[in-house]
Amino acid sequence: MISSGERDFVVIGGGVVGMCIAFGLIRKGLKVTVLDEGDRALRASRGNFALVWLHTKGIGTPEYSKWTRRSVSLWKQFADELKAASSIDVGLEQRGGFLLCLSEEELQGRIRARGQLQHELGEDHHPLEILRRNQLAAMLPALGPEVVGGSFCPLDGHVNALRLFGALHRACELRGVVYRPNSTVERITPVQNGFEVQLPGEKLSTPRIVLAAGLGNANLAPMVGMSAPVRGERGQIIVTERLDRFLDYPVGNVRQTDEGGVMIGASKEDADFDTLTSTPVLADLASDAVRMFPVLSRARVVRTWSALRVLSPDECPIYDQSKVYPGAFLVTCHSGITLAAAHALDLAADLAEGLLPRRLDIFSARRFSNVPTVM
Amino acid sequence: MFRRLCEPTLSITVYIDGREVRVADGDSVSTALLCAGNLPVRRTSVTSAPRGIYCGMGVCFDCLVTIDGEGNRQACLTTAREGMTVKTGSGRRSLSAETL
Repeated sequence: MISSGERDFVVIGGGVVGMCIAFGLIRKGLKVTVLDEGDRALRASRGNFALVWLHTKGIGTPEYSKWTRRSVSLWKQFADELKAASSIDVGLEQRGGFLLCLSEEELQGRIRARGQLQHELGEDHHPLEILRRNQLAAMLPALGPEVVGGSFCPLDGHVNALRLFGALHRACELRGVVYRPNSTVERITPVQNGFEVQLPGEKLSTPRIVLAAGLGNANLAPMVGMSAPVRGERGQIIVTERLDRFLDYPVGNVRQTDEGGVMIGASKEDADFDTLTSTPVLADLASDAVRMFPVLSRARVVRTWSALRVLSPDECPIYDQSKVYPGAFLVTCHSGITLAAAHALDLAADLAEGLLPRRLDIFSARRFSNVPTVM
Repeated sequence: MFRRLCEPTLSITVYIDGREVRVADGDSVSTALLCAGNLPVRRTSVTSAPRGIYCGMGVCFDCLVTIDGEGNRQACLTTAREGMTVKTGSGRRSLSAETL
């Protein structure tokens, strides 16, 4: 697509997903405006656990596993490009990651999950390994005696979430993306050759539009002939004081950031739009973390918070384009960090051409046509 | 230089980086650091920026020091006790190196 006029794309949503799309579009030479809400937006990005994570994702949907693997394999290039564009190092460490099991039953479940992945992916060998306690302890010296085993995926890793968010915004700003905070979209109206976007007291027009508004997509999608049956799932997070490095690899629910703080998370609750924390849930998170790494019993908690994951009914991403109003696209997913590289380098390149490729058809919301839309 | 508004009886001895410092009963460790002129109290572990006594009320976590062998303690929220050892300038807390 050749750039023309004031803007080629409006991206609604300035979280990690929206900014990755914006970065990818401007990388293709297009003019992009990002419309974002303000500081009080629900914003799943501020609750993310910063994992770059393949592991057991995509059980039952091998395409999701392959798409995730594609993104994980692109992450190094993406981090390098972000650094070149923003001068910010997002601290990518990708030497593998663990999920730990505190009971034999849990470990048996993990072994079955691995078997199913291998079966579904067929020739696409999945690198997940099952490790017994003694093998784990060699890589995780701080491991507690209650851990019976676990799984290891050598492709997994993590980043510094705060710097990633900063790097995306800086890179987009420096390359000329127009970023507009406090610009809550009230209405999108399809018009001749594009769309009119109603903001408080102002209208913008654009030939193409990408909805990347997280839970907000549920309301926006029908305005341009699509649907986004997403719901919020609350996750709570604990972060500790900065500590000397004791954990060299991320674990699904415990990771030490490059700056020393330890993040503890992975709770799941249905909580509508409530982003408070609750002591029983935080206590469970802390308890599991201490059982896995007993040295954490002496660590001080500095902050706790929660945010809402954006989940579709099958927990896989939704990528869609409006059949009725060409030029309108929708992107939503739960794993905005893991998929960041694929969104910026692959998906945005396709959007820049003005069409979603056939290989992403499987991720259309049409797969939920018999599922009622959750608002 | 920090100066007290009144001169209390200095009845408590603490050791800041091995140096004997006399303070009053009820003084905080941050008061001891200010009186002894031990500033900055540390450098940050991320950017090595100097840190002192900032909020003085437990909010900012700037005044982190090692007290009796335990790292990352807030000097402003800790009352000085007889014989207490305070170490400034420590970086990230090492849980494994602490013998409590």
